Amino acid sequence: MTPAVELLAVDKVFPGPVQALDGIELTVGAGEFVSLIGPSGCGKSTLLRVVADLEQPTGGTVRVSGKPASQARLDQDYGIAFQQAGLLEWRTVAENVELPLQVHGVPKARRRERAAELLEMVGLTEFARSRPGELSGGMQQRVAIARALAPSPSLLLMDEPFGALDEMTRERMQAELLRITGETGAAVLFVTHSIPEAVVLSDRVVVMSPRPGRITEIVPGRRPGTGTELAPDDVEDVRESAAFFTAITDVREALRKGHE
Amino acid sequence: MIRVRAAASAVVAFALLVGLWELAKAVLPDAGVSIGDTRVLPRTDDAAMPHVWTVLARLGEPEVAGAAAQRTVGEAVASGALFTLGLALGGLVIGGVLGAVLALGMARFGLLERAVLPYVVLSQTVPLIAIAPLVAGWGGKIAIFGQPWQPWTSVMVISSYLAFFPIAVGALRGLTSPRRADVELFRALACGWWTTLVRLRLPASVPHLLPAVRLAAAAAVVGAIVAEISTGTRGGVGRLIIEYAQSATGDPSRMYTAILGAAVLGLVAAAAVGLLDLALRRYRGSIA
Repeated sequence: MTPAVELLAVDKVFPGPVQALDGIELTVGAGEFVSLIGPSGCGKSTLLRVVADLEQPTGGTVRVSGKPASQARLDQDYGIAFQQAGLLEWRTVAENVELPLQVHGVPKARRRERAAELLEMVGLTEFARSRPGELSGGMQQRVAIARALAPSPSLLLMDEPFGALDEMTRERMQAELLRITGETGAAVLFVTHSIPEAVVLSDRVVVMSPRPGRITEIVPGRRPGTGTELAPDDVEDVRESAAFFTAITDVREALRKGHE
Repeated sequence: MIRVRAAASAVVAFALLVGLWELAKAVLPDAGVSIGDTRVLPRTDDAAMPHVWTVLARLGEPEVAGAAAQRTVGEAVASGALFTLGLALGGLVIGGVLGAVLALGMARFGLLERAVLPYVVLSQTVPLIAIAPLVAGWGGKIAIFGQPWQPWTSVMVISSYLAFFPIAVGALRGLTSPRRADVELFRALACGWWTTLVRLRLPASVPHLLPAVRLAAAAAVVGAIVAEISTGTRGGVGRLIIEYAQSATGDPSRMYTAILGAAVLGLVAAAAVGLLDLALRRYRGSIA
């Protein structure tokens, strides 16, 4: 199967000059969940934006679903969610989910059907006709994820989507995300600040160091239930397992090594 | 509910104004109040401040006292106000289109914004009284599609000159109001400029545009009245104000009917924008 993302010797230099990314080599397999973690300014968000074709690399090759990043964007091969849910307040929840389909001319009946399906998946069916402002932060973020999934992308790009949520909501959202990505089979490139979050969600955790942004180490994560049905307690079991804490220690040490 | 309260408070405000007027007449001396040789409060006799009911009664009387066959003052003021309203509406539409096109251009091309915006602001520093004769003068020398320039065309052009400014500025602010993340979302969704405009920038600009249209409507009405006066255009309420004011010593209440007509005109314009507000309430979010 074609890898979801292939990065070959990717550099990004901002005028200044600031070397944001230096020789990034990374492949995200189909259906794989990969987290990018590192201190502020290590270029993890820039890397995500390069994959999304919101930023042009100054060197190297970026391929998404085997195509150049710009073509993948035009073909809607990826869905994206930011730290702020970014819902349009004049649209209902369902209309927000329909947006990516609407702007590409999908007929109304089909969009409706797809939005209903996605809202059921994120557990917000009864809020379909609400306005975003009436929803809590966690619910808004679930709508944003449903919107990102609307065109059935094979890749989901997420930039600290749970960063603004409280700890309890955050853990619930992590379990939700694992269930959803398990169901859709989409690969995920996930930017986060949180070590436990990266470990519990990911197949692999990519640890980055700042100035210039480099990959220091890739640590195996503890994502539960890959390829199988995810039982409700699986995520909780992982969080309490010894392997989870070992992985956290590994990531923490890799982060510290990047700072030396 | 909020609408009802707004309407009620408008009625109360109007009643207060009438009450204050009559109170001033009742309490203050007819000759006004003077400190030394300086008069600090105006005369309040019937010639300077007629009773509210005298003004209202005047509306039903013939325009020229004694001539029974003539139209009433009310009819004259109503037809003048309608004429002016038509010109102001035309000015608002022309100014609105012009302002919107300018704002779109400025939002699309940063260079245009830097080049044009200073002139847009500068245009409003030229006094209306100064440009009115200029427009009338230039207009008299041209013909559009073979039609000679009419005096009312000058009025409409001047009215639009005042109306375009708030719309241009409000629309520009509105069109550039979406957050960076929203704009990037549309880029990530592979939307072009047009789709981003229709689905993001236009809906997002409504909360900025509504107050702008309200300002523009008021400016169009004021512009039309002042332009009628300074170009000497016949048929509108502006002309009536001047005409009636000239005979104010003999017939004071008639002058106030024309002023009343101008005020009602302003209220009609404001109410029309209120309806627009109601129609677009879905988009009327909070301005971040």
